[in-house]
Amino acid sequence: MTLELRHVTKSVAGETHIFETDLVLEEGSFNVLLGTTLSGKTTLLQLMAGLDRPSRGEIWFRGQNVTGMAVQKRNVSMVYQQFINYPHLTVYENIASPLKVAGMDRAEIERRVGAVAELLRLKPMLGRKPAELSGGQQQRTAIARALVKDSDLVLLDEPLANLDYKLREELRDELPRLFAGRSCIVVYATTEPTEALLFGGNTATLHEGRITQFGPTGTIYRQPKDLISAQVFSDPPLNVAQVTKQGSRIHLAGGIGFDLGTAAVTLPDGPYTWAIRAHHITPESHPGQPTLDGRVLLAELTGSDSVIHFHLDGGTWISQSHGVHPFDVGAEARLYVDVARSFLFGADGRLMGGSE
Amino acid sequence: MYKQVNQKAWLLVLPVVVLVAFNAIIPLMTVVNYSVQETFGDNVFFWAGVDWFQQILNSPRFHDALLRQLLFSAIILAIEVPLGLIIALAMPRKGIGVSICLILMALPLLIPWNVVGAMWNIFALPEIGLLGKGLNNLGFDYNYTRQPVTAWFTTVLMDVWHWTSLVVLLCYAGLVSIPDDYYRAAKIDGASAWAVFRYIQLPKLKRVLTIAVLLRFMDSFMIYTEVKVLTGGGPGNATTFLSIDLDKMALGQFDLGPAAAMSLIYFLIILLLSWLFYTLMMRNEAQ
Amino acid sequence: MARITIDRLRHSYVSQPGKPEDWALKEMSLEWEDGGAYALLGPSGCGKTTLLNLISGLLRPTEGRILFDERDVSSVSPEERNIAQVFQFPVIYDTMTVYDNLAFPLRNRGVAPSEIDRRVREIGEMLDLGGSLTNRASGLTADGKQKISLGRGLVRSDVNVIMFDEPLTVIDPHLKWVLRSKLKELHHRVRRTMIYVTHDQTEALTFADKVVVMNNGEVVQVGTPIELFERPAHTFVGHFIGSPGMNVLPVALENGGISFMGSRIDAIEAARVDAAGGGRLELGVRPEFVSFAGTGGLPVEIGKVTDAGRFRIVEARHQDHLIRVLVPEGQEVPTGSAALGFEPTHTHLYRDGWLVA
Repeated sequence: MTLELRHVTKSVAGETHIFETDLVLEEGSFNVLLGTTLSGKTTLLQLMAGLDRPSRGEIWFRGQNVTGMAVQKRNVSMVYQQFINYPHLTVYENIASPLKVAGMDRAEIERRVGAVAELLRLKPMLGRKPAELSGGQQQRTAIARALVKDSDLVLLDEPLANLDYKLREELRDELPRLFAGRSCIVVYATTEPTEALLFGGNTATLHEGRITQFGPTGTIYRQPKDLISAQVFSDPPLNVAQVTKQGSRIHLAGGIGFDLGTAAVTLPDGPYTWAIRAHHITPESHPGQPTLDGRVLLAELTGSDSVIHFHLDGGTWISQSHGVHPFDVGAEARLYVDVARSFLFGADGRLMGGSE
Repeated sequence: MYKQVNQKAWLLVLPVVVLVAFNAIIPLMTVVNYSVQETFGDNVFFWAGVDWFQQILNSPRFHDALLRQLLFSAIILAIEVPLGLIIALAMPRKGIGVSICLILMALPLLIPWNVVGAMWNIFALPEIGLLGKGLNNLGFDYNYTRQPVTAWFTTVLMDVWHWTSLVVLLCYAGLVSIPDDYYRAAKIDGASAWAVFRYIQLPKLKRVLTIAVLLRFMDSFMIYTEVKVLTGGGPGNATTFLSIDLDKMALGQFDLGPAAAMSLIYFLIILLLSWLFYTLMMRNEAQ
Repeated sequence: MARITIDRLRHSYVSQPGKPEDWALKEMSLEWEDGGAYALLGPSGCGKTTLLNLISGLLRPTEGRILFDERDVSSVSPEERNIAQVFQFPVIYDTMTVYDNLAFPLRNRGVAPSEIDRRVREIGEMLDLGGSLTNRASGLTADGKQKISLGRGLVRSDVNVIMFDEPLTVIDPHLKWVLRSKLKELHHRVRRTMIYVTHDQTEALTFADKVVVMNNGEVVQVGTPIELFERPAHTFVGHFIGSPGMNVLPVALENGGISFMGSRIDAIEAARVDAAGGGRLELGVRPEFVSFAGTGGLPVEIGKVTDAGRFRIVEARHQDHLIRVLVPEGQEVPTGSAALGFEPTHTHLYRDGWLVA
């Protein structure tokens, strides 16, 4: 059982929302569509669901061409960013609704709703109305409804975006467990690289209507094919600088230079784009690592992490480190750069050397 | 955002289209038909061209009725809009008082128009009416069936009584939709009650007031039933507004052609003035 | 500017509070220094908004006092307290220009026009609004509008405290850090007492020198971001601050030592615990302070390993109890059976939720 997009494009009123896309999703896989708002995630989900028709190309499911088949005739479930439930029905009735529509008998409905409510820890709330639930419980109810009918395809469109971060953390932890052992294809759209990483599975990086890279999440993260894919898969944003390479050394603006080691020697000398993720620039002292001296614009403390925005030679750089590292606005900071874990991209944006 | 093309939807809209065709377009076309022909009934028609339109536009009778109509609308707008706003501002925002005020305010709007006319007709009668007799007892020479000024006074008073509530309800809805934070911020900024009204309430009520002015203008410009019942357009022609005049011409004199031409002119005037009001009041919005 | 003292404050929305649940705000005493940057942090329903409204004067406390310097303001109206507030959704006067918005509070107070002009231009410059003073305020973006809200507080010289109620809710996520930076910079320049109310830990920890963490109507900890991370005063703080949150394990005092499900934990000296104290004892250790030990550590089975990029989160189990371990990049994760060690300086003991050692 696979879901295939074959040469699919989508344009609306002369504007292309999705450029020609080929994608094969395998049975039982968890797939993340990662991209910023308006990168085309929702459009792709709508095309997969059958809520929208591709302008060109075909969608195949289980070896059958389903392009144009009404969404009602496909076995698809969808969960949205907004908590969508029937307000006048109880949690039980909400979860049972797709089964009732399918005309399933009462005992079977009861059994299935019970099982899925157990899984999502909704048992004590089955008699309540959605308005009496917390945001997390409302979204759990919506997820339960998507799970209960054993869909072949489950589509989740930023389902955790409207939740407080602790609830988000909890559900992030639960979601992969819910789908473990199921044969359905899961597609999860998100703007957050962290979510893609925590879910594992496969990730497709999406940028302005194009899938720039698709594959196992860890591989995509550590070996981005090009600069765009690396940028899409970096949070905080990727540090990027235009450099000139000579031998094993790269030269940045302002007289800063780094030695990338022997691996870089084999590449031709000349201009490159050098990029390094924020967590490879840290305030913790690492003997032997080159340093950058910058002026702090802001140290954001997230609880167990510190994200330091600093100013260096006319540009803004970002450092991310574990633990709490408070810096005053305007303070001088010395940061250590793990150059061994940086990337070099060619003039066309393709990865030339380096990995994490 | 994601619209599905579904031609079946047109079928669902069809009943409404048919309904609108019957109650608006067909009668309108009938009127247009009458306005360019001469007829004495019996379905016999003679082509009249734009004669009726010329006749109406040149007739002093029409001019007078139009002036009366404009004056009436101007007076009731000048009274009802500020008065409605003041009442809305004075109404309580929470507690049991809210429901009581809202019910009281809604009452006049629920009374059928001809009943309103009949009520005021009796209420204002100088011999037996509470208002008429009362005013006379207070020493005023009041008889709306004979004096044009008191006839106007009674008509305006009746309209204010009947319709100010509409402005109140609209303004009240607008007022309660202003978030509390605005009032808190104004308090913190040391704003006076006048400043709160001038810089928060009035700007936030702009759209609502536009709607109130438009509705009250259109309704008052077409006022018919209440006046017909109260004064019948008199004394003399003192309260013969356009609609009353139209009624006299069409049903009193059976001049169907001129009446049809007049009603079309009437319709165009309302359309033009409403558009003018709307454009003027929304002009700043676009900036 | 003022020092703010909260003295045995309690508040209830019930007319005759009796049960502990009747109190929306349980008894608390706090001291906020003049010119400090503070945050009130907690999940929704924790009582932070009630406390905010008590300080601003929108609510009168059921019990206790609020002092601005030496003055008891508990029953003083909001106007007389001389506070400024930035609300969740920007409040601006739509029909006025940016200049008039900033001048509004001064004009209302009858300040001389030349002084108004000087203050408005100074604050406009400080907020990077100098170029748009003559523009209509309604045309600004959300962050510009929030700056105006803040500016109306800053122009006044009589303000005792500036309060922020989730001020970045409507700001584009990518721009949040810029405004956070601006707020910090402004606080350094003007040194006024500022109180920032939020449910978002990043907002609170980034802005404030001292964070007041609240839960269920009570203050669970007042501390610097480092203290909240390294020494949570309550298991709630350990859970709420940091991602993933602190591991909390049930423990007992046995044979003069601390034991977890029968296994001795050496990271905490039992001598530091009063054996007669009773109550429910728990051990708290953050995943970043748990590591794989050789022999002698706590025996565990390694379960799921999640690759978070910068680190991996390892789920280890000891008799059905889940212990999360954070393994930095480049370190090996054992498979099957392993042993865990807890870093003694960052392993804490809690009695009924509260830190004891």
